[in-house]
Amino acid sequence: MCLQADDMSTNCPPSRRAPVRPFQGGGRSAWRVLIAAALLLSAPARADPRAGAALARQGATGAPACMACHGARGEGQAAAGFPRLAGQPQAYLLKQLEDFASGQRKSPQMEPIARALGTRQRRDAAEYYASLPAWSAEAAPAAPPSPAGLGARLATRGNWDKGLPACFACHGRDGTGITPHFPALSGQPSAYTRAQLKAWQAGTRGNDPQGLMKSVADRMTDAEVDAVSLYLENPASGGRRP
Amino acid sequence: MSNGLRNWLQSQKHTRGFHPSWILLVVAATLVVAGLVWIPASLVAKTEYDRLPASGAAAARPPAAQPGNIPAVNERPGAPARQGPRTLRVAFSPPQADAIPGGEFGAAVRLGRNIFNDTQTYARAYVGNGLNCVNCHLDEGRKADSAPLWAAFGMFPAYREKNHKVNSYEERLSGCFRFSMNGKAPPPGSKELMALMSYSYWMAQGAPIGVELAGRGYPKLKEPPQPPDAQRGKIVYEAQCALCHGADGQGTRVGGRYAFPPLWGKDSFNAGAGMTRIRNAAGFIHANMPLGKGGTLSVQQAWDIARYMNSHARPPDPRTARS
Repeated sequence: MCLQADDMSTNCPPSRRAPVRPFQGGGRSAWRVLIAAALLLSAPARADPRAGAALARQGATGAPACMACHGARGEGQAAAGFPRLAGQPQAYLLKQLEDFASGQRKSPQMEPIARALGTRQRRDAAEYYASLPAWSAEAAPAAPPSPAGLGARLATRGNWDKGLPACFACHGRDGTGITPHFPALSGQPSAYTRAQLKAWQAGTRGNDPQGLMKSVADRMTDAEVDAVSLYLENPASGGRRP
Repeated sequence: MSNGLRNWLQSQKHTRGFHPSWILLVVAATLVVAGLVWIPASLVAKTEYDRLPASGAAAARPPAAQPGNIPAVNERPGAPARQGPRTLRVAFSPPQADAIPGGEFGAAVRLGRNIFNDTQTYARAYVGNGLNCVNCHLDEGRKADSAPLWAAFGMFPAYREKNHKVNSYEERLSGCFRFSMNGKAPPPGSKELMALMSYSYWMAQGAPIGVELAGRGYPKLKEPPQPPDAQRGKIVYEAQCALCHGADGQGTRVGGRYAFPPLWGKDSFNAGAGMTRIRNAAGFIHANMPLGKGGTLSVQQAWDIARYMNSHARPPDPRTARS
């Protein structure tokens, strides 16, 4: 294998052989083992989903039980707009808890709770909710078709006439998320999705990597925010692949 | 009448406040001012015209363009004669997928769209890496400045330096399979190629033939202030690209499939693909990346990232590879 720079017609002479050969096993595995071992020994004990489950059921000092708002199975609470947590990427959930604790993400309910939890407890809770079953099209309750047209189109195709990528381009096929950075959107209460999109537009939420979500939300009209939030609540009902 | 005018001029010559030669002066001054405004204006218009493909077709496209209808063509009659295809300011907006017709032809278009968006499933036999057509041709092959199908279709048959012959559109599609998809060309007339041709034709209906539409291919990016540099590119890559494409450029997988495509290595395009030309890559990156934030990287950053991306090993060019 040779390094091909910008000229595709070059037939690489031996002198241009690449110094690194990524497809052959490197001699670095010994180092990797050493580093991994060092990490294992030095890092705090792994997150414990059972401890997270206890947190979810009973809460902790200064933190009410998660399930009081997020549902018995982490499914969220549609009417109140409390988000679904089940099956979200662990790294995403942990980042949100840390951002709530630091004030980087605003929420009158979640900020004090996240601050009341220790680093370890946040990891346990994130681990627990990540381990719960995610939303899936097959398991989704059959619902009457939502006003799918606009919402479905934005979710699956976007609107590139104004530079709006499809939600699912970054949030995964069927909106089931892409670990670690992109959360699942499908099955999320529409009130929650709507509130988040509006928060990005208003600048009251700004903890997205590289400002990616902000730049998307800023291009959406109110009607588009409503339509896509409704659609994402249960994409299975609205014609998944229009 | 002329006597009256002469008398009036004579009388004016003797008044102190006005001399008739002032009329000449005013006319001359007006001409000079008009010239000062007109010459730069015409120069600006000409420059704009010359750099059409780079200017982002979305901006050039009036919103009222009817999908698939005969586009409004505003050609400048005084434009300089060009070698090869003409560039037109064409308001072309491809139809939406909901408008795919029924019947056998519609079925072929639909299959073409499926192959395009999910090549891994629908043309598995001809793909040798982890990519889908839509990875480089955004928005289902519709997005301007992302090598849209509607702008490519009307440009073939055409001579290509790449293989030193006149290529049909079908052969051009085969090239994508061979190089960008690091696979093998589907046989001519195969249902896959027929479907992709149908999809392209359907999308291009109403577009003029043999003219370079605004938004075709990847924009020709300005030369960078400094020569492209992989080390600088690595720094920008890690800040702007690694989130999706991975610090190691190997993309992000979900359930065995790439949710974000690998940019080098065994599952990426091979060394014969057009994207290995850093000019193409820089144009694509600048116009389209990060996804949803196209145009936010500087020209220099786009070139540097392109250089960095193409400084890595990838599968060899099948034309020069020895087994």
